[in-house]
Amino acid sequence: MGTEVYSVPMIPPINEHQNTGCALQVCVSGKEEDVNIVACVKQVPDTEAQIKVKGDGSGIEEGGIKWVMNPYDEYGVEEALRLKEKLGGEVTIVCVGPARTMETIRTALAMGAEKGIQVDDPTLYGADAYATAAALAAAIKGVPYDIIFCGQRAIDDDSGQVGSVLAELLGIPSVTLVTKLEIDGAKVKAVRPIEGAQLVIETSLPCVITATKGLNEPRYASLPGIMKAKKKPVDVKNAAALGVAAESKSKVAKFAPPPARPPGKIICADDTPEGKAAELAKLLREEAKVI
Amino acid sequence: MAKGVWIVAEQRDGALRKVSFELASTARKLADQLGEEVAAVLCGSGIEALAAELGKYGVDKVYVADSPALEPYTTDAHASAVAKVVKENDPSILLVGASAQGKDLSAALAGKLATGLATDCTEVKIADGRLLAIRPMYAGKCFGEVVIMANPQMASLRPNVFTIVENPKAAAVVKFDPGLGEAKTKVLEVQKEAAGKIDVAEANVIVSGGRGMKGPEGFGILEELAGALGAAVGASRAAVDAGWRAQVDQVGQTGKVVSPNLYIACGISGAIQHLAGMSSSKYIVAINKDAEAPIFAKADYGVVDDLFKVVPALTGEVKKLLA
Repeated sequence: MGTEVYSVPMIPPINEHQNTGCALQVCVSGKEEDVNIVACVKQVPDTEAQIKVKGDGSGIEEGGIKWVMNPYDEYGVEEALRLKEKLGGEVTIVCVGPARTMETIRTALAMGAEKGIQVDDPTLYGADAYATAAALAAAIKGVPYDIIFCGQRAIDDDSGQVGSVLAELLGIPSVTLVTKLEIDGAKVKAVRPIEGAQLVIETSLPCVITATKGLNEPRYASLPGIMKAKKKPVDVKNAAALGVAAESKSKVAKFAPPPARPPGKIICADDTPEGKAAELAKLLREEAKVI
Repeated sequence: MAKGVWIVAEQRDGALRKVSFELASTARKLADQLGEEVAAVLCGSGIEALAAELGKYGVDKVYVADSPALEPYTTDAHASAVAKVVKENDPSILLVGASAQGKDLSAALAGKLATGLATDCTEVKIADGRLLAIRPMYAGKCFGEVVIMANPQMASLRPNVFTIVENPKAAAVVKFDPGLGEAKTKVLEVQKEAAGKIDVAEANVIVSGGRGMKGPEGFGILEELAGALGAAVGASRAAVDAGWRAQVDQVGQTGKVVSPNLYIACGISGAIQHLAGMSSSKYIVAINKDAEAPIFAKADYGVVDDLFKVVPALTGEVKKLLA
């Protein structure tokens, strides 16, 4: 990894509305091997965050939360950057969320992406996976794309749907939970784990890849990267500008804290490891009835 | 009007997976409350004989698509086939297993059917004639009650959480044409892991190790205990990031969120991300020499001692009990 590789865009500026819909070949712009890459990011509470449910169960308390890029999206951004560094091209970051999410977009730009699109619309705050994917699809349709990266799930709502729904809305294939990716021309080879096996899956560009841990080790933004990111273009759009109406298909009617666990027992027995082990085995067998 | 509680039965290598019976049993319960039928969709090649097995758990009707193009599973072939038969029949509820395959399939289906999906639910019920799906969010730091405004109301059910209940039905078989177009994805290779390895996401019992295992070789005693219990071996993020264990075994907010009957945490201090990922386990055991470790606050049974002595002794005791 090390230092960031910056390529000054050599390709002529893209008219964003010129290429609407799917890019059906690898070279939709510029030189032949250039790849147009989109990485979708979400801003989520840091994994260290204590999640407190509001008194009325309508949501979570956002005060005091540290917001970060969804860890799985970091793998997607990193893979997008590596692909660009190998094949040439551009990485566009797309994010749906309120004003604060600009910081997450800037983080991805500081890592090395070229530009961003922020979809900020109050009607999309708290949108479900379907409405979010629809907003992403509308934003992505306005830029050329050959491959789209998403995190396999966001660690806040844990839905794990946006990448797949996005692919369906764009009418392109998806491979989820990818731990290894190879691109050869328009051919895509991806490895994804299932229970007890790894699948090697082949598909073709354009497609959606959802990234999971193991795909790569995301870089940190360098200081020059952070400085450069401030000047990179980010297009802020609302739902009307994209021509989408937020249409959530599901909602969280009520949030609740996890059920409290009854206080546990510390096993003392005769104070030898063997004695404690025997007592534990007995309790698991006779009291908990789990062995 | 949308009617019927449907499931997508999951099979691999010609055998139904356990989660399919959990889905069938749960669907039966919901359908009885609604006074509706339970139907299953079964896709694969040479799998028609499996339909009768679903009847045992309360399925009234099995829609079978039998085609070489449906084996092995690919997202686009299976999602197309299931979406087609669902659109033709308009069920009100569609349940899928929250297994690796089921999560992939259900998300693609939610897109194709333009509906809502509650992922990885730990409880589902009927309220006012509609599905109410309860699911952990923030890896279990809180729970959400999800309602779905469109049809079919989709939910994926976390494996091993829902009870299997026998309720024999005749299970009429209805064959359908999956209507597949040109395949967009194909499986080039299936690299199987060692036979008998249980995935943490589907295990009844998990023996998990953290930084306190001191190195990859430390996990040997956990493998032995897991062997005696028929358990999966899990790991904390610390153990995975150190390269001691495979990523697929990681339990926690950036790994797998699990709900086994018994979770034995060894040498795991209990970072908030780990606790989130396992605190919905039915019983939690913590073995750690640090009495102050946060894991003890979640444990039903705690042992404060040297795990390198306690774990082998526990393995011996378990073997004696199960002999």
